[in-house]
Amino acid sequence: MRPIPVESPAFFHRGPSPLARLAFFGMLSIALLFLDTRYRYLEGIRQIAAIILYPAQRAIEMPGEAVAFVGRYFADKARLAEENVELRQALTAQGPVAQAYPQVRDENERLKTLLDLQGRYGGAGTAVEVLYTGRDPFTQKLFVNKGVQGGLAPGEAVLDERGVVGQVTRVFPYMAEVTLVTDKDQAVPVKVERSGVRSVLFGNGTGRAPDLRFTAPSADVRIGDRLLTSGIDGTYPPNLPVAEVVDIERDTGQMFARIATRPLSGVDRSQYLLVLGQAAASPARPEEPAESDVVKRGRGRGRRG
Amino acid sequence: MRVLSDVVSFAPASPEEILRPPQPWFVLATLLVALLANIAPASGVFMALRPDFLAVVLLYWCIQAPRFVGVGTSWFVGLVMDVADATLFGQHALAYAVLAFAADYFRRRVLRFPLWQQAVQVAVLLGICAALVLLVRFIGGAAMPRWTYAAPPIVGALLWPLLSVLLQHPQRPRRGSDR
Repeated sequence: MRPIPVESPAFFHRGPSPLARLAFFGMLSIALLFLDTRYRYLEGIRQIAAIILYPAQRAIEMPGEAVAFVGRYFADKARLAEENVELRQALTAQGPVAQAYPQVRDENERLKTLLDLQGRYGGAGTAVEVLYTGRDPFTQKLFVNKGVQGGLAPGEAVLDERGVVGQVTRVFPYMAEVTLVTDKDQAVPVKVERSGVRSVLFGNGTGRAPDLRFTAPSADVRIGDRLLTSGIDGTYPPNLPVAEVVDIERDTGQMFARIATRPLSGVDRSQYLLVLGQAAASPARPEEPAESDVVKRGRGRGRRG
Repeated sequence: MRVLSDVVSFAPASPEEILRPPQPWFVLATLLVALLANIAPASGVFMALRPDFLAVVLLYWCIQAPRFVGVGTSWFVGLVMDVADATLFGQHALAYAVLAFAADYFRRRVLRFPLWQQAVQVAVLLGICAALVLLVRFIGGAAMPRWTYAAPPIVGALLWPLLSVLLQHPQRPRRGSDR
């Protein structure tokens, strides 16, 4: 006789009822959610679990990598040749700039010394590759292939060849989480390249354009203006391209203009990214106590117009 | 017809057929594979359409093997998913615990229906699961996701017939084993 997996009658002891269990585990989840959003006490547990899961995550990527490898191997020869020509042209075009660069850097260095300014950022970057995009449909995050081992730290700026992509927000031993500039309420202090007007760029979540908030309707901003990092927060080095203004709605009845932008970097397309080392620490802001989640939200929100 | 379903052993089991209890390692292995399928890298359309495999497999075991997989197990699996996903701690745990409870409530009648009608009910359960996650994230102040957020539960329900047949295969009584 084999056991028959039908319902056992109610008088067999089977522990608490499903409803009691649901109540218990439901409360436990709500407590965890509260702890995680409010206090971030659970980062340690997350780190340990991430180490355990890491081999599995890498293992699951292997078939995909193999397919991609084979695909690349058999890539169309003509396309490669074409790309080669394009790259050669680009290289030639950039030659003079590249040759002038050391000189400009030296000059800049001298000027900085003259002005007694400390170098705000060392210039050394870490190249990383995107492992996968975050699965969570509510946030805009990426995972990259270096972490504590690669010398990454939370708060560092992440760029691609066209501009700012985001910021490192969580670092695991072998990978790191990057929050993109398009993530909801992710703030980047920027200035308009043409006029120098300072503002703060806020992400608006998946599929929506980031916008400039707290900018007066009379501010000198035009459609097509490029926005660069202002470097005021100390997170992003100054003068990195971030976004381009695509739409302006000036309503003098409102306190601020509505300015929609388009990120310049391939926020959701780039495969290779550069992580810039932490900028030299700026003097602490005097009037506000240090926030514990500076990393998540950019510093100095909404103060400058 | 009877003979045919014996020959084609991948045909779905009829409601009258008594399945053997699953091996615990088989349950664990399927959950692990579902977890890996959930965290596998994807992009574009695949990413938008990817169902929550783990929820579907959990639902299957909650219905077929309630003694192995219940509210507690589902809750724990949800916690593992939260870590793997780097989302809020407890978000999937809560959703899966509710899913397991709902499955316990539904389980006596859902198996009486043909597979495609089961799939409709499964879509509702997975939808509740997704709505719960949405609610939790809204309270946490997240932005509204795109309309494609509604796609994974539907794709998950479409996978239900296939997954049930695959998962129940090792539990089907073998021919001549005790005749």
